[in-house]
Amino acid sequence: MEKKMKPKSQFRTLVALTFKQGYARLGGAIVLGILFLAIFGPFFAPYTFDEFVDVPNAPRSDTLMLGADYFGRDVYSRFLSGGRSIIGLSFISTVLGVGLGLLIGLFAASAKKRTDGLIMRANDILLAFPQIVFVLLVVSGFGTSIFLIAVTVGFTHAPRTARIIRAAAAEVMERDFIKAAIAVGEKRQRIIISELLPNVTSPLLVEFGLRMTYSIGLVAAVSFLGLGLQPPAADWGLMINENRGSLTVQPWGVLAPIAAIALFTIGVNFITDSFAKAAIGIDRKGKE
Amino acid sequence: MSKIRDFFNQGGLLLFALGRILAGIPIIIALTVLVFMATQALPGDAAVSYLANTATPERLAAIREQLNLDDPLWVQYFSWASDALRLDFGMTLTGETSVSAILGERIQNTLILMASSGIVAIPLSILIGTYAAVRRGKIFDNVSSLVTLVLASLPEFVVAIFVVFLLATNIFQIFPAISFVEPGTLAWADPMSLVLPSLTLILAVTPYVSRIMRGSMIEVMESEYIQMARLKGLSERTVILRHALPNAIAPTIQVIALQLAWLAGGVVVVEAVFAYPGIGTVMIDSVKARDLPIVQAITLMIAALYVVLNILADIGTILSTPRLRTKHARKNDKSDVFAAMDGDQ
Repeated sequence: MEKKMKPKSQFRTLVALTFKQGYARLGGAIVLGILFLAIFGPFFAPYTFDEFVDVPNAPRSDTLMLGADYFGRDVYSRFLSGGRSIIGLSFISTVLGVGLGLLIGLFAASAKKRTDGLIMRANDILLAFPQIVFVLLVVSGFGTSIFLIAVTVGFTHAPRTARIIRAAAAEVMERDFIKAAIAVGEKRQRIIISELLPNVTSPLLVEFGLRMTYSIGLVAAVSFLGLGLQPPAADWGLMINENRGSLTVQPWGVLAPIAAIALFTIGVNFITDSFAKAAIGIDRKGKE
Repeated sequence: MSKIRDFFNQGGLLLFALGRILAGIPIIIALTVLVFMATQALPGDAAVSYLANTATPERLAAIREQLNLDDPLWVQYFSWASDALRLDFGMTLTGETSVSAILGERIQNTLILMASSGIVAIPLSILIGTYAAVRRGKIFDNVSSLVTLVLASLPEFVVAIFVVFLLATNIFQIFPAISFVEPGTLAWADPMSLVLPSLTLILAVTPYVSRIMRGSMIEVMESEYIQMARLKGLSERTVILRHALPNAIAPTIQVIALQLAWLAGGVVVVEAVFAYPGIGTVMIDSVKARDLPIVQAITLMIAALYVVLNILADIGTILSTPRLRTKHARKNDKSDVFAAMDGDQ
């Protein structure tokens, strides 16, 4: 017999199981730290992000905690101001992409076999474009725009998320309570929202975490390639690009933003991985 | 071996392969439509967007002529697509050279980079995954799980810069931070330039494949036929190498193909970091110059590579999974050879 736990209480158990794991707690602390830095950092910056404070590539000193960048601006202040854009944009594109992918996945799984097949074939075609390549194709057509980049990155997530969600939802569609709901003539909309959705939350959240790390990589890479935020903006990706040439003389302009990006993606992945492990654990128990 | 030969003679796999390749054709056509549409989605037309502020009526007319923009859309598409399928992508927007002339050498350099990364990364990840699975819960497993999880989190340009910092500039100065491959020569000419870009890609690909390999290997090691092999008194070495490993690799093939396809996108950013003269650097330069014919050509080739790798992975999976091998052959012929093969497992 299939013992059906209420989705809400199951979810609470899942979160508890996730943060029982050391890596999840470590990841959570890192993510909170970087989020705090990105959101409130600008208020602690001793200088503005675009004022000249010293000669280019000035070394660390009492007044300049991380020295000056290739242009003579304070690395520390720019570092504190440069997180908002990258994390904000990544978050927007992840929400857009995973949201759209969720819609497509649930729609396909609950559709007729033929519609389902058609949607998923079209989906497969989009998968052929590596995400960064597709983003570059769009940028070359429309030019650089922050909004466009966030939307495009989100768009490239959608077919990948749709595939995962459809697979998870198709499994749920086979279960008895869905068949019962269909038999009593419940509307499809209702089935999707109140039966399918609550039963794919685990893969959805894992997907969200994964997509968030990819978003950060993509958004930062686009800025790093000089196609995202434009100077004199303070942005971690752009900072790495600008100060790369002076890596040997004044490494802090590169090291600080790169460490922040690395820590954030590692932190998110620690939480995601622990959550996935907890979800698999619960699944196994349910089957035994 | 004779069984495998028999199997090929039956033509089951050939038919399957043929079917998969045929199914790939509409996908490739769909890709050309999508890539072509990218130009159509532009505000104004390609000529206006390319010339931007420098547009004069004469120059606009010249570019329109060059891109056949005055023809109906479907005529433009067919002339572009039929040329593209023959790997002729027309002239660049700057008009001096053909796209194919620019890409020819660069493609070879990129393939050299992808191959040198793949050749190391794939065996390495199979090794790490297998060893971690065999030593499940021991120190090697724990350390490699943590390291691969961390590496899998990092964007590839972050790894690239870290590698430069460690091995080229600040800590050690062993390898060049920028590639010095001269135009007109292939990357082989300067193997030192290949080391850091390859290392970056290896560090990016290995975590994914080794994690899948570990999972697949653990599943196989828990299966009944491995228990059976152990009960037969076979040495642990034989059990792992002869019985577990071949079965664990099959599900990994799809991931390997996906990662090789990912490499084609990953090289774009990695090449940019090291100024490596492959299609990635051309792509970035062309995006900045908004030279769409080049961007389209590269995008289409990378997407087509993904389709081809997927077909190869499907065939590879069938070949390496005895159960599937027989299933696909049986459709065509019910000879006893296959029944015997089923019993083989």
